This record gives sequence, C-alpha cells and structure tokens, in this order.
Amino acid sequence: MSTYIPNTVSQQHEMLSEIGVTSIDELFTDIPERVRLKRKLDLPEAKAEMELVNHMRHLSGKSSNIDEYTCFLGAGAYDHYIPSVVSHMISRQEFYTAYTPYQPEISQGTLQAIFEYQTMICRLTGMDVGNASMYDGASALAEAASMACSVTRRKEILIPQCVHPESREVLSTYAKFGGYKVVDTCIKDGLTDISDIENKLSENTAAIIIQNPNFFGSIEDIEEIVTLAHKNKSLVIVSCDPISLAILKSPGEAGADIAVGEGQSLGNPLSFGGPYLGFFAVKKELMRKMPGRIVGETVDKNGKRGFVLTLQTREQHIRREKATSNICSNQSLNALTAAIYLTTMGKQGLKDVASLCMQKAHYAHEQLIKTGLFKSAFKAPFFKEFALKCNRDVSKLNKSLLGKKIIGGYELGKIYPEFKDGWLVAITEKRTKEDIDCLVREVASL
Amino acid sequence: MSKKDKSLIFEMSVPGRRAISLPECDVPSVELSDMIPGKLLRDTAPELPEVGEIDAVRHYTKLSQMNYGVDSGFYPLGSCTMKYNPKVNEDAARMDGFAKVHPYQPVETVQGCLELLYQTDRMLSEITGMERVSLQPAAGAHGEVTGLMIIKAYHNNRGDYKRNKIIIPDSAHGTNPASASVAGFDMVEVKSDDRGGVDIDALKSLMSDEIAGLMLTNPNTLGLFDENIEAIAEIVHASGGLLYYDGANANAIVGISRPGDMGFDVVHLNLHKTFSTPHGGGGPGSGPVGVKKELVPFLPRPVIEHNESGYFLDYKRPLSIGKVRSFYGNFGVVVKAYAYICSLGADGLREVAQVAVLNANYIMHKLKGYYNLPFERACMHEVVFSGQRQKDLGASTLDIAKRLLDYGYHPPTIYFPLIVKESFMIEPTETESKETLDEFINAMIQISKEIEEDPEKVKGAPYTTNVLRLDEAKAAREPKLKHTP
Repeated sequence: MSTYIPNTVSQQHEMLSEIGVTSIDELFTDIPERVRLKRKLDLPEAKAEMELVNHMRHLSGKSSNIDEYTCFLGAGAYDHYIPSVVSHMISRQEFYTAYTPYQPEISQGTLQAIFEYQTMICRLTGMDVGNASMYDGASALAEAASMACSVTRRKEILIPQCVHPESREVLSTYAKFGGYKVVDTCIKDGLTDISDIENKLSENTAAIIIQNPNFFGSIEDIEEIVTLAHKNKSLVIVSCDPISLAILKSPGEAGADIAVGEGQSLGNPLSFGGPYLGFFAVKKELMRKMPGRIVGETVDKNGKRGFVLTLQTREQHIRREKATSNICSNQSLNALTAAIYLTTMGKQGLKDVASLCMQKAHYAHEQLIKTGLFKSAFKAPFFKEFALKCNRDVSKLNKSLLGKKIIGGYELGKIYPEFKDGWLVAITEKRTKEDIDCLVREVASL
Repeated sequence: MSKKDKSLIFEMSVPGRRAISLPECDVPSVELSDMIPGKLLRDTAPELPEVGEIDAVRHYTKLSQMNYGVDSGFYPLGSCTMKYNPKVNEDAARMDGFAKVHPYQPVETVQGCLELLYQTDRMLSEITGMERVSLQPAAGAHGEVTGLMIIKAYHNNRGDYKRNKIIIPDSAHGTNPASASVAGFDMVEVKSDDRGGVDIDALKSLMSDEIAGLMLTNPNTLGLFDENIEAIAEIVHASGGLLYYDGANANAIVGISRPGDMGFDVVHLNLHKTFSTPHGGGGPGSGPVGVKKELVPFLPRPVIEHNESGYFLDYKRPLSIGKVRSFYGNFGVVVKAYAYICSLGADGLREVAQVAVLNANYIMHKLKGYYNLPFERACMHEVVFSGQRQKDLGASTLDIAKRLLDYGYHPPTIYFPLIVKESFMIEPTETESKETLDEFINAMIQISKEIEEDPEKVKGAPYTTNVLRLDEAKAAREPKLKHTP
C-alpha cells in the first residue's frame, strides 16, 4: 500500500462495516459496468522513494543546466540572481501547501503578502491598482487586450512585431476565439514604427500594445504612442520588464492605461518555461474591469486591520458566463516569490541589479562589435539585451559555443526571416567581466 | 486600535537599510545618460521596502504563521482535493536539470525535460483514455478554455460554423460558463434530476445542430457519479456534439474508470488536485488537456514528439488552435506530478480513488444523523450536506465553517454547489487517517450540538484566529487595494 495512504487494511474493513458494506467495490456501483476499467493501467512499476530520487536525478541529468553553462540567452526568460532568502521563505509549508485564501481568518499570510505584492507592482509600474497575478506575461497581455475591447467596445488591437513572438501568438489565439482582430504593425530600426501605427489607427482600435524594452531589447518611447492613442480614444497596454522599471520610465509615468509583464525575473527560476507569473495593473478608472483575483484591506469585527479577496462580483464564481475572465486562480506562490525578491532587493538593490545589467550589457555589446564579426542590428538604446547582425551562420556559431559550455544568444531568424543573421544577446547581473571576455574570445577564435 | 499596527513590510522600512549585497560593477562604467536619453528614464526610484535580511526573514516567517496549509492540518475543502503534497516531489522539481534550464536552450541540451513532458503525456493519456495530452494550460480554468477552443476548432474545420452553444449542468463550477464565454460560446444550462445527475429529458430537448458539446464533471459537484453517462454520451454524439470532461473530481475515478471509455472526447485534469502538486496558496497549478485521436491536430503547439535523434518540439501543426501560454506550461508543476505517478504506479493510483471514496462515505455515514443529506446514496470522493436544519435553529453554514476554525480545521467548501441550499462539501482525500476523520467528525457533531444549545456561540465564531470575522462589504465598498503611506 502507498505510504501516502495511512489507513491500514484492517482500518478500512472497520470503516466499511460501519458504513454497512462489505467491500470498497460496493461504493462504486454507480459506475456502470461497461465504463469500468477491467485491467490495470499500463504505467511504469511503482518506485520506492529511493528509486524515485535516483530516477529523477538520472532524468534531470539528461538536460544541461545554467550552472554548468554560461547563459547569454534571454528572449523573455532571464538568468537573474535569486537571493537565498527567497527559496527559504517560499519553502515554508504554510505558504505552499495552502489553498486559495477563501477563509481569510486563517489565510492572512497569503492575503497580506499578495496585498504587499500588489502594492509593489503598482509602485514599479506607476499604476493605481494591480491584481494578484496572472498565469504568465503572455496570457496577461492577452487578457489585457480582451479587457481593452470590452472597455472601449471596439474590436481591434494594434501590436507591433517587436512584441515577444510568444505573446503575439497567445494573443492571436485569445482574439480568434474572443471575436476581436489583431493587426500587426511594422518595425523600424528595431522599434515600433510610429507612422505605421498612425496609419492603422482607426475608430475600431481598442488598444495599442507596446513592449518595453521590446523583444529586441530596444527601449521604446511610450509617451509618443500614448499621445497618439488617447487622441483616438484607444487604450495603451504596456508589457514591461520589471527589473528595467528600476531605471526606465514606468508605464504609469508615460500615461499608459494598462501595464502587464512577465514576472519571472523577480526571483523565479527558469524552470524550462514555468511556473512564472504575469503581473497586471491598471489606472483607477479600469479597476472594476480588471480580470483576476484582487486582495483588499479591511478590518475585523474588533477593528483590527486584515485582508480579504475583494471585488469578487467581477469573477466567475459569482458572475459565471458574464465574468471579466474565466481565470479563477493566480500564480500565488510565484507572486509571493516576486514580493520576497523585491523586499530582499529593496529600493537600492533593484536599482543596482538594473544598473549592473545595463553596464555589463553595454560592455559586452562594445566588445563583441570590436571583434569585427558583428554589427549592431539597430541604433536604438537598449537595456540588458541587444540584437547583433552576425557575418556568419548564427546557428553554427551557437553550436560551437555550446561545445565551450556557453549558451549563446537567441537566433532571431527562427521567427524573423528578415533577420536571419540576427543574434539576440542577454546580459544579466550574473555575468562577470570574465564571462563576457570569455564569450568574446571564443567568438573571435571560431 | 490603541497601538498603531505597523506590520506591513512598507511600514517597517528604514531608509538605507538593505537585505542583500551585490557585487561591484566589474566592467568600465558609463554614465546612464550616455546610454539612454533622459526622457526614457524614470524620475524617482520605485518605493520598494528598505529592510535588513533578518527583517525580511522574520516578516515572511510571521506571515507564514498566519496561514494554514495541508501540513498544518485537515483540509476537507470539497472539489479542491487537498491531499498531502509529498516532499520528495518538491526535491525533484528543484533538481538542476529541471529548475535551471532555459526554455529556449538548444533541443539537444533539454532532452531530459522533453522526455519528462512526453512521458507525462503518455501516462496521463493512459489514465484518461485519451490519445494525446497537452501540458501547456497553466490551471484548471485555463485547461477548460483550451479544451473548448479545441472543440470549436474541430467543428469549424469541418465547415460546421453553426455550433456556437455549449451545454453546462446547473451543478457546474463557475469556471465552466466563464470558460465557454472566453472560448466564444454561448452557454445553455441543463438542470439536474432528483438523483443529482443530468436530467436526460431536459438534455434531449436542448440538443440541436447549434450545440457544440456538453461540459460535464463526473463525479459531479454533488460528489455523485452520473449513472446515465453512457446515455448522455450517446445523446450528445448522436446530434454531432462533443463531450468535455472537467477533471476537477478525477481523484474519485483514477484507475477505476476512464473518461475516454465513458465517451468523453476532451478532458482536462488538475495536476494540483488529483496528482498531489501543492496549491501554493492559489497557484501555480497545471491543467493538462487530453483529446481523442480526431482532435489531436487541434492541440496547442508545440507538441512534443520523438524520433531516432531524440525528443523535439513540433511546431508544424497547421490546424492547432495556437498557443495559450508562453513556452510549454508550468513545467515545474508537471515534474512533481510525474514524480507522483512514478511513485504510485497503477495499483497505487487505483488505491487513491478507492480510499478517497471510502473516506468520504465514512464521513457521510457518520454525519448524516446530524446534518441533512440531500441525496441518500453512496457518494464518491466528496459528500455534500445541507446546513438547513442548523440554519433554522439560528446558525448558518457560514457560521459552522467559522466555528470549525476554532476547532483547528480548514472548513469544507461552503455554498457550493449552488443547487443545494446552505450546502457544504466535504472532501477528505485518501491521505487522511481514520483517526483524523474521527476527530473531525466529532468536531462536526459537537458544533451541531452547540447550535442546538446556543446558536449565538457559533454565530460569533471564530474566537481563536489571528483576526476575527472580516468586514468584506467594507472591502468591496471602499476598495483599498494597495498600501499608501
């Protein structure tokens, strides 16, 4: 019998006789004979804990990890440093084995942590109200687009091709089924082509989506787009890198209406793509149209401060088919992770991380250009990631680097045929000067 | 309040305090303004907390002590399957070859991750009786909307554009209608019959060439297995619709009956329920979607395949609904579920369902003399009672739930399903011992006696928790959703 089932066979018999049946099978008589499984499931033999650990270790060993390799790959998921405090705190069972905080009296830990998370996201993005998080950056963006259509009663979303390809694909899935249209707009010099937006903006435009820094790492001028959009009574959705917000103008300061983004960078391991979290924040006027769970402050019957899930009349368990979204959870533990990360980094620490990323990225950019093998793909200013044009086959370049225990940049040609020589390099604060110099040496020697 | 509460992390901030040291910049520094034009920079740094490491650790430790997890005690929250989350699975997910792998690494460097995803697909396909399973959806509701998109894509691909309606029972979870709406469907409700199942005549009368399919939870939210499942499947299929299985309650049937054999075409599972991955205080979960063979082309992309050179991500799927999430889903959660299935095997999984159902029936048997039982028949993995008798005596189901907090329990799910008045739904799961169940049963009996003797006492509960009953109306009326100094 499985160790996760404590009742012994004799206890089970005792319980059956109390119920007044002779076998467990009698409890299953509602299941028609013909739909019962008459055989054993065809699954691998059960493993004892020791065997399981060996098996998992073996399987884990079949992939290369970023401790063994030096990682220059980003493109939406980043190898930032995770302070030790983070994993210790989120490993507390009271956090990770709890359910959604439906009983606030015994869930103040989760509720207060999420309230603090919401506050931090508002302060980072410069927005008024944030929710408790979404599945990831891409689905947060798609939900923002759906929300913009419902708020403006318009049916078209403009999105430049320099927004993350995965986000664009998730958006197009949601749009296809949600009954709204996604219009691609052009790129110019690695940035959103404003004149193309101007051309495509119409009375149908619910929102313009901008990613900052965009997929190529270039920093966009959001204010210019906000002015255009608001003149047209369209909303602006900005998808942003939370680390960059320690330095870059926030969506709120730039006048955007909705800010979303991938929160993985805030203390979450790369974990082959998930679990991550999408953050989501809006201007006050849009508060009641926001999807997802929200925590609010209140008092208990003695007047003591406490926190509850609130504004639930937007949500599916009350509104059913009329809800603002079908989401009924958040990425709570990942949001908690983000909050602990932001607490540990603090006001100065996050700025230092952002600044280290930027200094090192600019150093790496300069050194790589100096090899003569690359040219800047674009002139636009960048933050921690930049695109280069390579005078040789980038996939071969990456293969050779792999042999030197280096995970090279993202091959832009995979998605953008016009940049088949494009190499997108990400530099986080974890890359030392020696790592960068080594990359440059290896590239030059190939 | 006599003393000002200063327990928020922002209220603990002292300018200049830090919780982490970062290395000096080891490359030649450049002025920020030489790298980025001033108009793109923010004016002031975001006001994040300024605390020491020990402050941070004590703060989050204190918050954790104001929470209740499965490890804290019994958590019979119906429909949520709050079973024990094995520790070894947590260790597995943290292994370097899983936690420290970038999703865009070259395919030859991620073979272990792809193998794990592929094998999980195979195992879940076998468990559900489906052809293939996508692990991309991040949660149950996300799986629902993905499955419904697949149904729509299937009909559209056949040139059948009329099917814009989904039938959903009145006992369904609120996510079902909401997911149908996000997938672009209108919803039609079918009522339950007096045994708690789908009303067959009502279902027949709803069928037409506009019906894309039926969403069903089986066992349903009353904890009852729909005995007419074969007839239901026949009715829906006969008029060209598909059957969607909401796997919220799959813990009752693993290894005993498979949705595929019941006639379902699309299934979603909740790895955070049936397959023991922790709920994390509301996520991350994982909501894989399985489909029958004719629906495989519509699965989200990429699908993991393998050939002689190994595993790979197949993006060339022209009929795919597209992506519903970036990358490949909540991989770290899948690792834990994979480890769980490996440790239980076929016999272990079957035993899960058997003991989960035994435990629920035991509670039903022991409590039916004290609380109204709306359906007098064997339940599956959870049992729904009505607190109407107690309500008439002066204490509601909410009061009973709050009183249970004083007894040290997480209360059952309350006021759901909607079709039972003053309902509460108890799901003990298989991981609880008879001793734990007996103690809980005694507490429930004790509370029913308290209500007979002094309902006011129960109405005032809880008395022992960190905060007492909270003013939820105030929270909604005057929303305060972030801290302001």
